[in-house]
Amino acid sequence: MTGHDVIFVLIGLLTASAAILTVTSKNLVHAALFLAVTLAGIAGVFLTLAADFLALVQLLVYVGAVAVLFLFGLMLTRAPIGREALDNQNRGLAIAVSGGLFVLLSTLIIGAVSSGALGETSVAEVTGPRIEDIGIATFAEWVLPFEVLSMLLLAALIGAIVLARPESGESGEEAEVTRIEMGDAPASEGPQPLPDGSAPELTSGKRSEGSS
Amino acid sequence: MMASLTHATTTVAQTVSLFDGVDGFVLPVILKLAFVLAVFFVLPLVGGYLEHKVMGRMQHRRGPVEAGPFGSLQLVADGIKFIQKEDLIPSAADRWVFAVAPGIALVPAMLVFLVIPFGPGVFALDFELGLFYALAATSVSVLGVLMGGWASANKFSLIGGLRAGAQLIAYELPLIIAAITVAVQAGTLSLVGIVESQATFQLFGTGINVWFVFPQIVGFAIFFVAAMAELSRPPFDMPIGDSELVFGYMTEYTGIKYAMYMLTEYAGMISMSALMVVLYLGGWQLLPGVPLPGCEAGGGLFDCSPLGIALGVAITIAKIMALVFVMVWARVAYPRLREDQLQRISWLVLVPLSLANLAVVTILKVVF
Repeated sequence: MTGHDVIFVLIGLLTASAAILTVTSKNLVHAALFLAVTLAGIAGVFLTLAADFLALVQLLVYVGAVAVLFLFGLMLTRAPIGREALDNQNRGLAIAVSGGLFVLLSTLIIGAVSSGALGETSVAEVTGPRIEDIGIATFAEWVLPFEVLSMLLLAALIGAIVLARPESGESGEEAEVTRIEMGDAPASEGPQPLPDGSAPELTSGKRSEGSS
Repeated sequence: MMASLTHATTTVAQTVSLFDGVDGFVLPVILKLAFVLAVFFVLPLVGGYLEHKVMGRMQHRRGPVEAGPFGSLQLVADGIKFIQKEDLIPSAADRWVFAVAPGIALVPAMLVFLVIPFGPGVFALDFELGLFYALAATSVSVLGVLMGGWASANKFSLIGGLRAGAQLIAYELPLIIAAITVAVQAGTLSLVGIVESQATFQLFGTGINVWFVFPQIVGFAIFFVAAMAELSRPPFDMPIGDSELVFGYMTEYTGIKYAMYMLTEYAGMISMSALMVVLYLGGWQLLPGVPLPGCEAGGGLFDCSPLGIALGVAITIAKIMALVFVMVWARVAYPRLREDQLQRISWLVLVPLSLANLAVVTILKVVF
């Protein structure tokens, strides 16, 4: 084993143990933090495989954004402050699903490697592709999948916003809302629609036209 | 089509780090680490001293005067005081997360200095992905803030952490898009390469050599505002708004852990200013198109004599401190924004503006 291998194994062990702790820890926030460690560990694995760009994308997108959004969402909604635990009751189902996925994936990977479908693997100095080549490949050869993916993400984004907007009812008509414009006095609590569905009488604040 | 695309690429700086001139494998690594640590611990102190003095003068007082000449050792004295203080952990707090959080915030702020060039050859690493690396590293700091806010088991801390999280997510986007725009203009992500490309960059269609701040004044303004918000510096310091949240996510922190959060903020000021100097203000060039004395290659940027190197480092640090001065000035001049105003500025002003800026610069880059 070279020093490179030792580092690879160490990072792999760290990642795997963090992944196990992610699913076994009883505290939801701890689980999210271990998930962040797992994702950072995967970035480390990419780094040892000379995939610098991929490692940084992993760090920026998964650790810097996805894990942060998880934590943010947890804290905003139902995270117990401090040491209280908040545990999921679906342990058996989760074990079954993850175990099944593990068996499936490892069968596929082992099968692919042993059947030689991945081609002759030669032991050589590991070098990553240059960033220019990645860019040209993405925007010349793979531009259609790239655009399709971005449209998919855009649709998901718009869908999430539509679902999250409380004021748009089933009819699609929006109740009147008070938006705080810059420089206005802060509204203490946004006026809720009255029980009969009509908008409440607004006494202060600008009435916005409810832009889409 | 592929061929024309491949030929359009620009060459990246070929200069090596000064520290690679030393023989051996271990010694250059040790020198680089020492360089990064020295920069990380000294420059934030200088920035903090500058802040003390400038704020003092702007508020008609003198700032620190007792410790050292002109009070220059005040922050060192503060550091010693922080170490001596009792390290309190609230009994309801999540001990491990609480203890680790300041470190999670601090380490990325330190790692950024690995790629920042301070002068001709004065950098630890000329990474092909330098700019991307710097942005990725800074994006991790927010985890430490969220962890600290949650683990304190304190409502004010939690709200402070949440505000910090929302703020950093909101302002990361315009920051990254503004930085991408510079990368498009320069044709490289290497920070050294970006400095070098500014030495030869000519304003669209003319023969005038300028820094990127001139064609990208909008991008520079976006980057500056977003950087201040990323650092939670006043007037963007809602996460620690003392009139609402006591001290936000840092409420429960004392002693050395509190000092680590503060050091993160000041190191962030230095690294963000250094990034702005590299991206927009021509790095270690004195004036656009004027070669440094004693420098030969790269339009008077590289192959420098010791004098040229010293001058280059001095110019970079002077530019960094000038930007820190403007940040302090903004802190003194403007009151704190409200949380909704903060989010509004980012999503409704900075993000569309930075996207438009990116589109315009890309079109101009293709046309000229």
